[in-house]
Amino acid sequence: MPSVLPDGEPVPHDGSLPAPALAGAADRPLGFYLHVPYCATRCGYCDFNTYTATELRGSGGVLASRDNYAQTLVDEVRLARKVLGDDPRQVETVFVGGGTPTLLAAADLGRMLAAIRDEFGLADGAEITTEANPESVDPAYLAQLRASGFNRVSFGMQSARQHVLKILDRTHTPGRPEACVSEARAAGFDHVNLDLIYGTPGESDEDWQASLDAAIAAGPDHVSAYALIVEEGTQLARRIRRGEIPMTDDDVHADRYLMAEETLSAAGFGWYEVSNWATSVPGRCRHNELYWRGADWWGAGPGAHSHVGGVRWWNVKHPGAYAQALAEGRSPGAGREVLSAEDRRVERILLELRLAQGCPLELLAPAGARAAARAVSDGLLQSEPYAEGRAVLTLRGRLLADAVVRDLVD
Amino acid sequence: MPATPTHVPEPSRTDPALIRNFCIIAHIDHGKSTLADRMLQLTGVVEQRQMRAQYLDRMDIERERGITIKSQAVRLPWAPTTGDGEGTTHVLNMIDTPGHVDFTYEVSRSLAACEGTILLVDAAQGIEAQTLANLYLALENDLTIIPVLNKIDLPAAQPEKYAAELAHIIGCDPSEVLKVSAKTGEGVAELLNKVVAEVPPPVGVADAPARAMIFDSVYDSYRGVVTYVKVVDGQLSKRERIQMMSTGAAHELLEIGVSSPEMTASDGLGVGEVGYLITGVKDVRQSKVGDTVTQLHKGATEALGGYKDPKPMVFSGLYPLDGSDYPELRDALDKLQLNDAALVYEPETSAALGFGFRVGFLGLLHLDVIRERLEREFGLDLIATAPNVVYRVIMEDGTECTVTNPSEFPTGKIAEVYEPMVRATVLAPSEFVGAIMELCQSRRGNLLGMDYLSEDRVELRYTLPLAEIVFDFFDQLKSKTRGYASLDYEPTGEQTSELVKVDILLHGDKVDAFSAILHKDKAYAYGVRMAGKLRELIPRQQFEVPIQAAIGSRVIARETVRAIRKDVLAKCYGGDISRKRKLLEKQKEGKKRMKMVGAVEVPQEAFIAALSTDEGDSKGKK
Repeated sequence: MPSVLPDGEPVPHDGSLPAPALAGAADRPLGFYLHVPYCATRCGYCDFNTYTATELRGSGGVLASRDNYAQTLVDEVRLARKVLGDDPRQVETVFVGGGTPTLLAAADLGRMLAAIRDEFGLADGAEITTEANPESVDPAYLAQLRASGFNRVSFGMQSARQHVLKILDRTHTPGRPEACVSEARAAGFDHVNLDLIYGTPGESDEDWQASLDAAIAAGPDHVSAYALIVEEGTQLARRIRRGEIPMTDDDVHADRYLMAEETLSAAGFGWYEVSNWATSVPGRCRHNELYWRGADWWGAGPGAHSHVGGVRWWNVKHPGAYAQALAEGRSPGAGREVLSAEDRRVERILLELRLAQGCPLELLAPAGARAAARAVSDGLLQSEPYAEGRAVLTLRGRLLADAVVRDLVD
Repeated sequence: MPATPTHVPEPSRTDPALIRNFCIIAHIDHGKSTLADRMLQLTGVVEQRQMRAQYLDRMDIERERGITIKSQAVRLPWAPTTGDGEGTTHVLNMIDTPGHVDFTYEVSRSLAACEGTILLVDAAQGIEAQTLANLYLALENDLTIIPVLNKIDLPAAQPEKYAAELAHIIGCDPSEVLKVSAKTGEGVAELLNKVVAEVPPPVGVADAPARAMIFDSVYDSYRGVVTYVKVVDGQLSKRERIQMMSTGAAHELLEIGVSSPEMTASDGLGVGEVGYLITGVKDVRQSKVGDTVTQLHKGATEALGGYKDPKPMVFSGLYPLDGSDYPELRDALDKLQLNDAALVYEPETSAALGFGFRVGFLGLLHLDVIRERLEREFGLDLIATAPNVVYRVIMEDGTECTVTNPSEFPTGKIAEVYEPMVRATVLAPSEFVGAIMELCQSRRGNLLGMDYLSEDRVELRYTLPLAEIVFDFFDQLKSKTRGYASLDYEPTGEQTSELVKVDILLHGDKVDAFSAILHKDKAYAYGVRMAGKLRELIPRQQFEVPIQAAIGSRVIARETVRAIRKDVLAKCYGGDISRKRKLLEKQKEGKKRMKMVGAVEVPQEAFIAALSTDEGDSKGKK
């Protein structure tokens, strides 16, 4: 979650939604994202909403600390219950992200999940994921998470190479994330993901190949591979600007992506979103699929974003201000936008086109449809799905997805 | 104390023997306007409290740049405090002259209205090339020259050195050079006395049909065109019908008068007098500088000599950055033309830049001033193509065409191409002679001669193709001489040259805005430079874009913009979606501002950067 919030209209004090947002809700899955805004140290490339201080205060003096954070978040889950009223849906997916969720006690993560179970109920076979830092978990911690209901865990591996991890300010030792996969399997997790980053300054093709091989050998059923984005305002951006670290060329990113696709598919992983691969359909991250398919989710925690029925809103960023709002019985929402029909159409194209399933051609206006035909002849969209009414990116098209989207939304 | 002259002769009834018509020749910044202001004060025509700095320069740009673009004439009463005419009130007509190289013709007409000139030179800087050029013009017109050093109050002033220099140039004794400070007023009364004593009175035939020479015409939004004239023969009277002799057009004389310095109506103007006419015309092209005015009935049959139509020498395409500003640009040019008979333009369409105008200028400063006025006074953002000159092309079959836009250069079998030439004068400290020669040589210059004006100041005379100085010659000259050199040039006809047209092609499509006509020896360097520049400026497209420079079908330089391979955001999760949609909207807006050259999207900034003369960034890189 990027740390810069969009502009929008204010959120009502009670967090209530416009009535149309809840119409037809029963037909859409509902998920929860829980944000944990704490990290032991801040990584140089990260612009997420996270803090290394353990205690932060709101303007009214309310304390937000790592220790009471779970309780504060539970307050927002209860607010969600009120806002969604008699919405009968059970929760299909929960995803705890950060920050570093595993800086909290496993019992805290369990309490947060329990609140959702109590207020909404969890659907049969619900996917319950937490992100985890390889250095902050051990077999006992993982066993506790599993026991409290978590069934999927995502480790930030990033790279198998020490010098690459160092540029990223990651403190774990190479090999530790792979060991985490075994520990998670032993603890009874069915689904395990490893996050990788490519194109870090100083990373060679060989380093990247080694990272891919190590990740696959560890035996996860899901891999996310992201090109390193140098976000404005980060330490990494400053170091690049000062010339201390070279910027990675886009062509190198393209080469590394092709390596990832080749290595992962040879190992039995299939891409299902531009940056995500899984060994099977059940191995896919259902929670992320909610984002990409315009489903409903409630994002709880400072700076978290939510979407319900065409209304997007986002919470205040600062943990102190967040805790203050909830302590005063107010919604922590900082702003929201009510999407127009055209906004929703554009979002569907830009999100669904990133998926292996692609987006239906019927979403396109005449100019966009003509652009799609050109994209097929330019080798950016696959011709077979196109003939069946879907715009699906080719491998080259995946690397140029944003350009294709710009043409298709016309 | 300002003198308060008595018995001031009135317009239309002034004895020519009491009239002195003079102008001031000076370089920018040498203090002409300040001196004029001081004369206004000293003769009492402007009271102290009304005085604002540089009273006579009316346009903001002039005031800011300290230059005079449009001249005016002011009638000053002055009773000399010494000499033969002591105590008798004379009429001094001070005719302000434009100070820049591009306005040589206007200067020559202003000079033709005078019998004498003050040669004003900064005592800390010495004479500059344009001043020298105007001085030669004055000598050609047989004007009496009064050499004056200004700014003698400055600590850096070297009056002895520059008095010797001036004396050397005009052939007088250094002691005859007056020393004044226009700022403090020191020496200004003596100068006025000297004008009366030395400048001859005008001579004309009083009982002949009127002949008055137009030396300036200015558009005023309230009064229409104000025409400044000097009556050579006869008399012009109010409410008379007059005729412009070059066109035969007749006008009613709505008002006649003199400036002192506000316009003051009079009964008329007699022999030797200088004043203004208002006829109600709205366009300065109906009242042309150099033309002769006479009465409609029983008027003169022979015009005064020296009239020329202004001829644009330099052309540039002007395009609005925002295509929807095209009507505003047209209106703005229409308005500027009301006051600028030398400005010509016609609509032009560029495949790359859209709708605009091909605009003709007298020279570089003229171009600069017009562009700046369009941007500042009319709030327009413009792209200007590289300035070019006018070529005359003779085909093998004997047909001839005139090319004012490089993209219209003919493609068939060409026998000869003629390009305009100038005679350039450069003045600089002698230490820079080598650098100047090197520069002029590299611009196909031909040295005509070199003279030492003083021990350490040199005058170099060259013939140069005008095309070689329209682009960045002056900037180069300034930078190679640490700002000390000054330049003047005048057209001297044309010559045949081995000229070729270089086209720039993007992905096989010609970009008309980048076509250039060059000497064949320079074509390769231009091609390499433009192709290299564009490779940096054109964003990567989904396909490879070859950039070629070509003469006809022969490619002389080639670069390639590699195809973009990655244009995708790595992450798109819950919190990224709003941001991503807004980014998409922004990118769509940016895409709308792209200009299409064939299938290639080129951002407008790339055109601006490629057309700019600034090479600093490419040199600065290591």
